[in-house]
Order: sequence, then structure tokens, then C-alpha cells
Amino acid sequence: MKRELIHLENVAKSFGNLLVLDEIDLTIMESEFITLLGPSGCGKTTMLRIIGGFEMPDTGRVIFDGKDITNLPPNRRPVNTVFQKYSLFSHMNVKENISFGPKIAGKSSDYIRDKVKYALKLVNLEGYEKHDVTKLSGGQQQRIAIARAIVNEPKVLLLDEPLSALDLKLRRNMRRELVRINKETGITFIFVTHDQEEALSMSDRVVVMNQGYIQQVGTPENVYNEPENAFVADFIGDSNIIDGVMVRDKVVRIFGREYPCVDEGFPEECPVDVQIRPEDIKLAASREGAFNGVVTRVVFWGMSYDINVEADGFEWLIQSTTGRRVGEEVSLHVAPENIQIMSKPQSEDEEVAQDV
Amino acid sequence: MFSRGIRNILLTPFLIWAGLFIFIPLIFIVWYGVTDYDGSFSLKHMGLIFEHGFWDAFELSISLAIISTLICLLMAYPLCLILTERQRDNTTIISLLFILPLWMNSLLSTMAWQTILEGNGIINQLMRLLGMPALQMINTPGAIVLGMVYNYLPYMVLPLYIALTKIDRRILEAARDLGANYWQTFTKIILPLSIPGAISGITMVFIPALTTFVISALLGGGKLLLIGNIIEQEFTFQYDWHVGCALSVILMIFIVLNMLLTTYFEKSHEEEDFK
Ligand SMILES: Nc1ncnc2c1ncn2[C@@H]1O[C@H](COP(=O)(O)OP(=O)(O)OP(=O)(O)O)[C@@H](O)[C@H]1O
Ligand SMILES: [Mg+2]
Repeated sequence: MKRELIHLENVAKSFGNLLVLDEIDLTIMESEFITLLGPSGCGKTTMLRIIGGFEMPDTGRVIFDGKDITNLPPNRRPVNTVFQKYSLFSHMNVKENISFGPKIAGKSSDYIRDKVKYALKLVNLEGYEKHDVTKLSGGQQQRIAIARAIVNEPKVLLLDEPLSALDLKLRRNMRRELVRINKETGITFIFVTHDQEEALSMSDRVVVMNQGYIQQVGTPENVYNEPENAFVADFIGDSNIIDGVMVRDKVVRIFGREYPCVDEGFPEECPVDVQIRPEDIKLAASREGAFNGVVTRVVFWGMSYDINVEADGFEWLIQSTTGRRVGEEVSLHVAPENIQIMSKPQSEDEEVAQDV
Repeated sequence: MFSRGIRNILLTPFLIWAGLFIFIPLIFIVWYGVTDYDGSFSLKHMGLIFEHGFWDAFELSISLAIISTLICLLMAYPLCLILTERQRDNTTIISLLFILPLWMNSLLSTMAWQTILEGNGIINQLMRLLGMPALQMINTPGAIVLGMVYNYLPYMVLPLYIALTKIDRRILEAARDLGANYWQTFTKIILPLSIPGAISGITMVFIPALTTFVISALLGGGKLLLIGNIIEQEFTFQYDWHVGCALSVILMIFIVLNMLLTTYFEKSHEEEDFK
């Protein structure tokens, strides 16, 4: 049974006139891998710094294990951070960097030696104790930064875009490593990224943020398949987002045509956003499907083609394993269960979100 | 960056300058220092340093220079820490305050101190007004140290400030994150990372403090002689170039040895860290 570990209670933060976080309510469970996902500048780092104790929220509280830690300085929180830039101590070697925390905590040198060894093993850098940190590669420095944080056995590890400086292959490896470390140590990971692929592939839960507001919290499948609003739908994966009207339960009107879907519970004649994933659209011969159109662009990606089709004045994006020719007449078909109905934004922040 | 030919051409003016005005004079000084009045080789003038009056001046110079350097260091650290802490806000004003004295002729500012500290100076007049006994301030070692600190503090502040601004704030946050309090962050991170700046500051204060004769002449009243004053007297009163040069050479050797020692310790310190 998982336990509640951190609770952000109605947290807001401004820098000068700039509102960076607002109405943040979030519960983080023990041992989970939770990701803060959102575009650049949406307040992810700020939220992490509030949990780490480097920023004070203007309003609201940070509860840790039932205790209010809002005013506790960073050195007294059971939380360690892997910073956006690794921030290793350049005047110390690998071992001294990693043993910095345990030394401050007054641990014995035997304990420290064993722990450093263990931490280096965890990040696959055994035997690197004597190395000069400034002469390590970016990926190695990154792993030292992780080892330096983990060695303190924190309850929570905060990671601020730790993989953004690495090349693709190393990044893939490190993703696996991080998930492995999370499962092996049981440390709660709060991971910040603006890379949706990273968020989806690593996390137990994803927190989608925009412009200082939490847009949706859920499992990766949840936020991908059932986005709560157009921002989430658009930000996570590719989407076709269409204005529609709910005619009645399980029937939606798109481009003047009534179409079956599976959502219910909306008022009759209620305007909605309709989301259809590009991979859920099947291309058929002209006039066989629901919408007729013309292929305008084809891009080959290796595994699949991105195909643009213009129909009813709307530019559809379709992903398909078979290519088409530009100018070809086609029709589109979507299964009712692949049509996702979302409420139109009510609050201003979600309105802004649509522009992104 | 430059090709070898261009580099040589660009270097030529400096090499001519260095040869004419640094190297040749240096040879003359050493030459005078190690010869007797008849031109024969002799170390007897060098040996004079161990004689009573000279050795006392040498000792006094070293101790006053060390004291002034330490005071500068102790004053500069907190100041620079505060300056780097609140970056941008009012640093220009504060740093101007510290660079401003550099624009003032140091002879003038030292003379100003003379009139402040004198028996009939501003401070003693104030003391008298308040009905307190006059203080003997001028012509004391303290007055000389005050003059040195006043004149040389900027040379400590600037390199230290530059070294401290180079420390990434995120590194300090990392230390805090790993459990260090403010004091531990200072001793374990800020101090070691600012040592190069502190060392250049120490060199830039210690050497002029060791060799000065203006400050000691004005604030020591000709009674407290530093090695700089002795050398000056040999040239301007005794007209004994051999003794003057011999003492200068000894001072130079002392300074060079000191600098070599500092760099040696700095290096071995770094290597120790590496192990
Ligand atoms: N110390 C600060 N002073 C003033 N403004 C700040 C400060 N820190 C952050 N901001 C502003 O707050 C907003 C959110 O910043 P934050 O660093 O949290 O974004 P982020 O989501 O981490 O972005 P990125 O993905 O680019 O790292 C930005 O507009 C930023 O300019
Ligand atoms: Mg950030």
C-alpha cells in the first residue's frame, strides 16, 4: 500500500509581477516516479525548487510526511537534487564529490567508502573514485551528480532535466538506469522534463503543466489516451483537435456531420474539443470513409509516414505505415472509441494553453 | 591565434622595452650589489643585511607587511561575499567606493592620513574637545599599517571579488542541498574555490607593503624605518649605490622565494585534492 509522502497545498509563487505558479495542489506518493512535464518556462524548475527549499512559496504549504516543511532550509530537508546543470564541485574528485553529503552528516570513513562504492556501482561508474570531475564526459558527470545525491539515501530525489545535455543513445540508457535505480532503492523520484517521450516512458504518473497551472495528473496511458483538455492533447503526442458539438450522449457533430463516439455526460448541444490521434485514423479509398479529402503532404519518418490530408477545410494529420502520393483523393475513417471528447476551456489559463 | 611571424613582429616592441628598461637595469642593480667600490666581486654589502639596523628594518617590514595583508584579507572576504551575494543591485556603487581610492594619488591620501593622525590632527582635536587625553597615533607601527591597508585594500578586493563571482551560485545550492549549512558551504566550497583569487590578492598587497617607503616615511615620521626607507636613504643621502643595490637584490630574492613557495603550495594543494 503506497503512502502519501509530499503534499503541495495551494502553492502559488510570483517573481515580481510574473505569476509563475498558481493553485498548485499535488500529492506525491512514496517510491513513485512522478514527472513534471510542460513547455519551457511553465514553472517546473520553480516547483522543484520549492520542494527542495530553494524558493519560498508566496502562499500555500509544503507538507512532507505529515509535517509542514515550508520554512525548512534546504540542508535540513530529506530531499536531494540533481540540478539542471550538474553543479559538481570542480575542486574535488569523484569520491570527494560523492562523499560530500555523508561527510557533512558526520558518517564514519568506512561507511562513506562503502557507500561511495555502492553509489558508483548504481550509476555504472565503478572504480572512478579518483577521477577529476572536470575531465569526465557530460553523461559521466550526470551520473556522478546522481550518485552524489543518492548516496545520502534521501526520501526524495529531485531531478531537473538531468538528461537534456546527453546524446540520444546515452539518454535512452540513462532513462532505463533511472527507472532501475528508482525501483531498486525505493527513493521517490520527482523528475522534470519538457520531453513528452521521456515522461511517458519513465513515469508512474505524469503531471502536465502549462503557464504555472497543473493541467492534468495521471498515468502515462491516462494522459495520452484521455487528455482532459486541448493543451494536454496537443502537448502529449500529435493530435488533430477539432471544434465539435455534442448532439447527445455518444453522438458528436463534426464539420456538420453526426458521428458516433463513446463519451457521454455532456449537456445537449454543448460545444467541445474533439481529439483524434493521427495513428487512429485509417485511410480508405475515396468516398468509402467518413471524410473525403486530398493528400497535401507526405513525410517519411522511417517507421511510418506523416500524411496531411485536407478535408472540409481542415488539415488532418495521419500516421500510416503505407505511403500515399500528394494529390491522391482519399477518405478518412475513425473508430468511435478513438474519438476523445474534451470540455472547452473555461478558465483563462486553459484558454492561453490552447495557443501553445 | 597568430602565425609565428606575426607573433614575433607583435612581440618586438615589448621585447625591446623589456630589454632596455627591465633587463639592463636589473643587471646593473645585481652588478652593483655584488661588487665592491673598486669593482671587484664581493658579497660584503649583501652581508650588511644581518647587521643591527638593517636587520631590524627588514624584520619590521616583514611583520608590518604580513599584518597589513592579513587585515586586508579579513576585510576583503566579508565585503566581497556580500558584493557577490547581492549581485547587480548596488555593486557598482560599492565597487566604485573601493576603486575610487585607486584614482587618488596615494601620496596625497597618505598625507591626508598624516594630518588626521597628527598630534594636532583632527582626531586629537576632537579628543581634546571631548576632554579626553591626546593619543599618540602618528609615528607608530599602527599608523603605518593603517596607511598600508588604506592604500592596498583595493588590490585585495578586486582579485578576490573576481574569483568569488566566478563561483557558480548553483554549486552553492548543491552544497546546501547536500546538507551543508552556511558556514560549511563557506569553508568547504567558497574558500577553496576562491584561493587563487586570495593568493593574487595577497601577492598584490604583500609586495608593495614590503617595499614601500612613502607610507612609512610619512606615517612613521622617519623614526620607524622599513627596509624600503633604508634603501632609499642609501641612494639619496649616503650615495652608496653598492649597499642600496645589495639590499634591493636581497629584497628581490626574498620576494621571488615567497612567490615560488606560494605557487608550490598551491600546486601541491591541488594535487592533493586530485588524489
Ligand atoms: N529567480 C527568478 N527571478 C525571476 N524570474 C524567474 C526566476 N526563476 C524563474 N523565473 C521565471 O519563472 C518562469 C518559470 O521558470 P522555471 O525555471 O520554473 O521554468 P521551467 O518550466 O523550469 O522552464 P525550462 O523548461 O526552460 O527549464 C520563467 O518565466 C522564468 O523566467
Ligand atoms: Mg527548468
